[in-house]
Amino acid sequence: MTNPYVIPALVVVTLVTVAIGFYGLKLARTTSDFLVASRTVSPSWNAAAISGEYLSAASFLGIAGLILKYGVDVLWYPVGFAAGYLALLLFVAAPLRRSGAFTLPDFCEIRLSSRRLRRLATVFVIFIGWFYLLPQLQGAGLTLATVTGAPYPLGALLVGGVVTANVALGGMRAVTFVQAFQYWLKLTALAVPAVFLAMQWQSDGRPPVSPPDGLTFTQATTVVVERSATLNYADGRTEQVTPGTELTFAAGDRVPEVSGAEADRGAAWLLPGDPDRGDQGLFATYSLILATFLGTMGLPHVLVRFYTNPDGAAARRTTLVVLALVGLFYLFPTLYGVLGRVYTPQLLMTGRSDAVVVLLPEAALGGGLLGQLLAALVAAGAFAAFLSTSSGLLTSVAGAVSTDVLRRNSVRGFRLATLVAGAVPMVLALNVSGLDVSQVVGLAFAVAASSFCPLLVLGIWWRGLTDAGAAAGIVAGGGAAVGAVLWTVLGPPLTGWPAVLVAQPAAWTVPLAFAVMMLVSVVTRRRLPGQVNALMLRLHAPESLRP
Amino acid sequence: MAEHDGTGPAAAPAPADPPPRRVRIVLGEVGRRGDADRLRTDLAEQTQIGEALVRGLVRAQLALAMRLAVVVVVGLGSLPMLFAIAPGVAEIKIVGVNLPWLLLGVAAFPFLVAVGLTYVHLAERNEQDFVALVRRPER
Repeated sequence: MTNPYVIPALVVVTLVTVAIGFYGLKLARTTSDFLVASRTVSPSWNAAAISGEYLSAASFLGIAGLILKYGVDVLWYPVGFAAGYLALLLFVAAPLRRSGAFTLPDFCEIRLSSRRLRRLATVFVIFIGWFYLLPQLQGAGLTLATVTGAPYPLGALLVGGVVTANVALGGMRAVTFVQAFQYWLKLTALAVPAVFLAMQWQSDGRPPVSPPDGLTFTQATTVVVERSATLNYADGRTEQVTPGTELTFAAGDRVPEVSGAEADRGAAWLLPGDPDRGDQGLFATYSLILATFLGTMGLPHVLVRFYTNPDGAAARRTTLVVLALVGLFYLFPTLYGVLGRVYTPQLLMTGRSDAVVVLLPEAALGGGLLGQLLAALVAAGAFAAFLSTSSGLLTSVAGAVSTDVLRRNSVRGFRLATLVAGAVPMVLALNVSGLDVSQVVGLAFAVAASSFCPLLVLGIWWRGLTDAGAAAGIVAGGGAAVGAVLWTVLGPPLTGWPAVLVAQPAAWTVPLAFAVMMLVSVVTRRRLPGQVNALMLRLHAPESLRP
Repeated sequence: MAEHDGTGPAAAPAPADPPPRRVRIVLGEVGRRGDADRLRTDLAEQTQIGEALVRGLVRAQLALAMRLAVVVVVGLGSLPMLFAIAPGVAEIKIVGVNLPWLLLGVAAFPFLVAVGLTYVHLAERNEQDFVALVRRPER
């Protein structure tokens, strides 16, 4: 890759991020300003900031890569990522804002007056936060390696360092402006090239995205083999290849299939369901739907933003705008995944399908000025995705660490916590590089859906919830999901039903969490907090009725 | 109106038993004290009437949220099952694109926004009804 515009684009994004951070720093005077932007953020800014924070590497790169590989079935990822905000709107947004809770641990303490439950929630906030930060930093390392040839650790450390410094120095106010800016940058970076890509596809005579007799290379392509594999050519020939082998294909050659490479072909790509997996595939789909629909409300970096709304009604309207902004964004990754089949089919051979968004502009439009500029724009958008999501996650993890672990409620304490919270995932990212970005993010959603979703929904709508019930539900459901996550990341591979149950755990861990939480609450009725009715009034009545 | 906790949110853990707030009495407000104020006191002091009122509001809001959640569960959640039971549906093409791609890739998002818009509208109406009930009990 020798695109002269990529590095300047990345430098500009980073500098603008830091500059807005310092602009915010000048405005941040008091501790209150620093942490919640003094609630002077307007709903449209707030909604753009939430969206900017939410659209991570998984959305910007991962979805298109999955669509390239697996086709229509993975469209449930973007649908679920957006629908999560509807669940948040219906069940959580306004009451959570009215509760006055800034973080999930705050909510535990306000609703159930239990410091032990608060500590348990803090553990989960930190786990989800780090688990979600890790793939962001990895994505940054891999993307920088793909587009500039820089070594992997450089990208991870660069993003980690910029984000840590920005959060530590500017706090939430700065982050709000940074995030809002980055939503619009990310949308532009996908939408503008998408228009050119669609026009190029038209002018190429609309080559089919799923031809019945297999994909072909549209231009001469050189593929460097990274792993030993067996290639099956269309004419029945097979070839053993070893790492380092260079394969050259002419325009019009069929794309060989790689034995063992996971990808859907032909009708399985184009149509829903997978004939080879049957019921297991259907279970995995529903499990994914449940995790993404219910997980969003349990993501710590999403919830802190609701505190910056002036009241419950504004929190609702903000959520609605977020739903619209996020939905608008998700129209585009699909196009990249689909056109990637025409212009970058070699990614199906190398397995690095996450790179499709970054590579597609130059592959489709050629290495001329237009292709290079659009490629630089997309790379800048990807970088914005890493920066913004990491900032939000780091802010909430640092908040949890400074309040509940270090127990120091000062700007200085928050800065110290930021350094601690940022260092851990950076060290992890340097040592683990084989995780799949989208799958890891999906697992983080499953943990959030199995721990904080039942806590919030039952806490807001059910008077019978007790602290013991809440803790038991979080430990059972969240603990099971964490176990599944750790098994997926560290354990030996499974096959058949156990593999599906562990890879997509939400369909059993979420009901488990709800059931345990309700059952134990009923058994421990005597522990009901005394002020339930006052709390319900506070959560649900409009602010205008407050004395 | 925002709370007047005074402390930063990071320090937010509200004590279990907040001390009674100091209330500022303004002369002009005295004349308007009446049934409405009594109901508001009912709410604040947890009398049975107050509790019934709050229960009614919570039930109304929950029923609304559940109804719209069912709309989404039926509208989107039934699709994987539909495609599994009737594979022919997935092969229907509209302007050259298979139906599942259009439904999941495009139509799902405006559908979600429409449900959200409906919810915001109806939830605010529930709240206005509640405020009206508390403010003008004679109705």
